[in-house]
Amino acid sequence: MSAPQDVFDADTGNRSWWEKLRAFRQDKPHLFLLLIMVVIPLFLMPSSTWAVLTLSGLAMGAMLFLMASGMTLTFGLMNVLNLAHGSFISLGAFAGATVLTMWLNDYTSGSLWVNLVAVVPALLFALVVAGLLGVLFERLVIRPVYGDHLKQILVTVGGSIIVMELLQVIWGSNEIPVPRPEALRGALLISDAIPIIGGIALEKYRLLAVILGLGVYALMLWVIDRTRLGILIRAGVENREMVEVHGYRIRLLFLAVFVAGSALAGIGGAMWAMYREIITAHMGEELMISVIVVIILGGLGSVRGCFYGAVLVGLINLYVGYLEPRLAAVATVGLMVAVLMWRPQGLIPVIKV
Amino acid sequence: MSEPILSLREVYADIDQYHILHGVDLDVPAGELTVLLGRNGAGKSTTLRTIMGLTTLTKGQVRFQGRDIGGTATPAIARGGIAFVPENMGIFGQLTVRENMVLAAVSGAMDEQRLNWIFEVFPPLKKFWNRAAGNLSGGQKQMLAIARAVIEPRELLLVDEPTKGLAPAIINDLADAFEQLKQQRVSILLVEQNFNFSRRLGQSVAVMSDGHIVHRGTMAELAEDEDLQHELLGLGLGAHQ
Ligand SMILES: Nc1ncnc2c1ncn2[C@@H]1O[C@H](COP(=O)(O)OP(=O)(O)O)[C@@H](O)[C@H]1O
Ligand SMILES: [Mg+2]
Repeated sequence: MSAPQDVFDADTGNRSWWEKLRAFRQDKPHLFLLLIMVVIPLFLMPSSTWAVLTLSGLAMGAMLFLMASGMTLTFGLMNVLNLAHGSFISLGAFAGATVLTMWLNDYTSGSLWVNLVAVVPALLFALVVAGLLGVLFERLVIRPVYGDHLKQILVTVGGSIIVMELLQVIWGSNEIPVPRPEALRGALLISDAIPIIGGIALEKYRLLAVILGLGVYALMLWVIDRTRLGILIRAGVENREMVEVHGYRIRLLFLAVFVAGSALAGIGGAMWAMYREIITAHMGEELMISVIVVIILGGLGSVRGCFYGAVLVGLINLYVGYLEPRLAAVATVGLMVAVLMWRPQGLIPVIKV
Repeated sequence: MSEPILSLREVYADIDQYHILHGVDLDVPAGELTVLLGRNGAGKSTTLRTIMGLTTLTKGQVRFQGRDIGGTATPAIARGGIAFVPENMGIFGQLTVRENMVLAAVSGAMDEQRLNWIFEVFPPLKKFWNRAAGNLSGGQKQMLAIARAVIEPRELLLVDEPTKGLAPAIINDLADAFEQLKQQRVSILLVEQNFNFSRRLGQSVAVMSDGHIVHRGTMAELAEDEDLQHELLGLGLGAHQ
């Protein structure tokens, strides 16, 4: 192996960028794929369309990330397959929509600020309600089936059905329209100052979704990379037994992570509700396919992988949806299959003992 | 021999449907280094894991500082003052050396003085402080595993075959480290196959075979008696040159 390498080293010129590209593909597969994903459509559509679709794709990615991050953590840390995750998304959507409707009815004539601020209690309520359901769920449904995937699938699907039925009992079985605050309707117009792209209209709500998604991502990375809790989570993903040998109760850590994941699913659901402006009890279930694609694509258990997986799925959905609407769903699954053939453990695998 | 800090009485343990330990009786004197010897598969690792609560005890008693800890959950046993270095070292490879140590310092902050002492005994840990522990060499991983166990004062260390697969020079460094721990009067239960290493460090000794203890005594006595070594450990004459 080393001899031909030496020959290559002799002629530098060509080799360097090619080798660099290969090293980049090898070391940073998520960025490599993201780059390809963003650049190729640029040749297939007008640049202003591309800009709008990219923002929309990022927004969808941000919301998918919120919804999927909890599930990837519960799987990575606890090896628990929670197929009821979708019902947490639905619950968050209904909780958020309820607060939003009440708030906006009370302040119909309110200023732009009162209007915009309605988003905050809506998201907080979704977070709290979904988090509380998480506490109950971990205690009653998940705890008895730790370590047994088949039972987890059966029990969590059952739990999911119960939660969805309850949602229908409380909110009725019809679709519910969700008001979006006035301040978040419409778009920011950017005149043709930008080179190449020219003038575009960026939808405000999508900008908000991207900002919120990035904020949560940054917060999660900070917790995971910089805090003691994060060290414990990473250690737990690697080797649960040794975490206990050091005197930490892994069950408490599980509970904390499960609740945090449920709360994030709730926020994601509420964001999605405002985005779609219409919700049903089954919306979470429908989103689960994308959520599962995202976490497998990113590498089960990896928060970074989940983020890039979500962004990739969001982007491909919008690009392909524009180019050939009928293929959008196929493209999402195709992306996952292609990535798994290239990297069977996903983009950013988590190594376990 | 002083009062035992740990004593096992008639300890039985199963793994799945297999009976692995049948009636282990073992005393670990306080402030001494006790070596647990025995052939592969004798049940030494299982004994340590049972003390830690990682393997469930089906019958018998484990007393630590006078309290019965049989059936206690592992984290509580650890917080009670027992540190465990397993056979595979249990390093968190994705974490840095520093993060491994932060996690081991359960009470919060790391004690500066103890850390400096650890750096003195195991210089590579200082050098690779911010590197991923998974990239350390086998010997360095073992140093980290032991460093984690002693970053806070513990009542008792359980160490499973620390010399396994290591080069002689590194084994020597480890022996020095154990000498220092002995001087600090830390109670240690050391599982070891390397007879030279255990003869150098051990004060008392117990030998296991087939899931129970077949010999107890002082290390000095066993080290003298080659016939006994041969009988208990299958060491050939001159095997410990
Ligand atoms: N996970 C396991 N499943 C089944 N048998 C096991 C397991 N672990 C250990 N054993 C058996 O238990 C016996 C004792 O093992 P162990 O305590 O590791 O011995 P030692 O550490 O003395 O080499 C061996 O016969 C081994 O095959
Ligand atoms: Mg062993």
